[in-house]
Amino acid sequence: MSDDNLVEIKDLDFAYDDRPILKGISMEIPRGKVVAIMGGSGCGKTTLLRLIGGQLKPSRGDVLVDGLSVPRLRDDELYALRRRMGMLFQFGALFTDISVFDNVAYQMREHTNLPEDLIRDMVLLKLNAVGLRGAHQLMPAELSGGMARRVALARAISLDPMLIMYDEPFAGLDPISLGVIGQLIRKLNDALGATSIMVTHDIQESLQIVDYIYFMSDGKVVAMGTPDEIRASQHPFVHQFVFAQADGPVPFHYPAKPLAAELLGNGVHERS
Amino acid sequence: MIASLGHRVNEALQRLGFAARFFVMLLLWSGQSFRRMHLTIRELYFSGFQSLLIIVVSGLFIGMVLGMQGYETLQRYGSAEALGVLVALSLVRELGPVVAALLFASRAGSSITAEIGLMKATEQLTAMDMMAVNPIARVVAPRFWGGVISMPLLAALFSTAGVFGGYLIGVVFIGVDEGAFWSQMQASVDFRYDVWSGIVKSFVFGVAVSLIAVFEGYDAVPTAEGVSSSIKSTVVQSALAILALDFVLTSFMFREA
Repeated sequence: MSDDNLVEIKDLDFAYDDRPILKGISMEIPRGKVVAIMGGSGCGKTTLLRLIGGQLKPSRGDVLVDGLSVPRLRDDELYALRRRMGMLFQFGALFTDISVFDNVAYQMREHTNLPEDLIRDMVLLKLNAVGLRGAHQLMPAELSGGMARRVALARAISLDPMLIMYDEPFAGLDPISLGVIGQLIRKLNDALGATSIMVTHDIQESLQIVDYIYFMSDGKVVAMGTPDEIRASQHPFVHQFVFAQADGPVPFHYPAKPLAAELLGNGVHERS
Repeated sequence: MIASLGHRVNEALQRLGFAARFFVMLLLWSGQSFRRMHLTIRELYFSGFQSLLIIVVSGLFIGMVLGMQGYETLQRYGSAEALGVLVALSLVRELGPVVAALLFASRAGSSITAEIGLMKATEQLTAMDMMAVNPIARVVAPRFWGGVISMPLLAALFSTAGVFGGYLIGVVFIGVDEGAFWSQMQASVDFRYDVWSGIVKSFVFGVAVSLIAVFEGYDAVPTAEGVSSSIKSTVVQSALAILALDFVLTSFMFREA
């Protein structure tokens, strides 16, 4: 593994039971960079994040994080590695029974013996970084979607991780919150000297902030490049994605028999 | 049809295997959970203390009904003074552990399942796991032990409230001799045989109900429908488990006598 890469994914296969999700994926995530993994819904992006975090095990291939083979780690080694990772979940996944402050303090209290005074200062600094220091006493139910995502971001960076993973960080946000989260992802990555992997299908926002993009379709990497290369790409899939066309290599229709055959009754009748 | 039956049996066996593995994991991670006792104490408060009202009120009513029904039967044979014995033995041996466990399953068991199921559905358990915090040690084990410890205490309080209810009806309202009521009870209820067997029962029920509740939550399909179905399973399976275990335990306890 090259020292320049924090994460390397090598020829990775993964299937849920008999249903293949990832087919021979290879990727390199350089240290210090923000890399987006893009693709339509259901193409295996989130599964890939879970494989990097060690929550799933591949059927073939390897995932290396900071030189460690994630699928081969023992439970205690995996937990030690995860302490150096942060993850932002699609809808925040904040603990709903504790306050914003306690959510951000959670990992500090679980994994360190720091005095409560110091934890307080650190939590307030993390919340300040996402602009929500004033909201530290609120409960998660009192936050808007965008605020909850920012609190979750503060929680994800609470132990200054080397790798931050984002699962659909822009999903369901208004344009202002979306821009705020995008800028925070970039700024926090650079300020912490971390490496970020962002799974998303928001192409326009991603092109603004990332260093490199991988495109996935049907469990494979179909294209990759810097934002400039992606904008100029003539690859049909990338073109469809960047210009949000309904039909293209990703078909509009779910696979089905011809419409005429179905309507004229040559098909199998379904019973209700 | 045979294939579908086979499939169902296979699925049920797999789930049973998963539940057994889950129980072993739960026990293994309990040590870590016990080192932070405040987590279990918090669950004792939520499932134990907050069930107190329903347990005590139900115990009181059941004791009062026992007082009336018992008196009705006993006085036909001229042994109304044995009312205290009848009320106490019925409660301590059977009704206390069984009814308290049934109430506990529907009051606390269902809320434990709902809480863990919703934590799963909103990815809180996954988030915890990604933060290198084991959800079984942090969320499941404290709730399990909270339930196990609460159950015998709640059953004891249920029986106590029931005996008081029997006293209210029998002695205060009907007028059974107070001395006979208490002294016969004291003479006939054996600690080792009657009280201890009730404690053992309620401990076993506590393990069963708490395990079902945490497992159903942890294994819930992470959707609104899945969580609702798990809550229903907790209540139904707990009730069946309590009644079946009660039969088995009572058979063993009778044999000992």
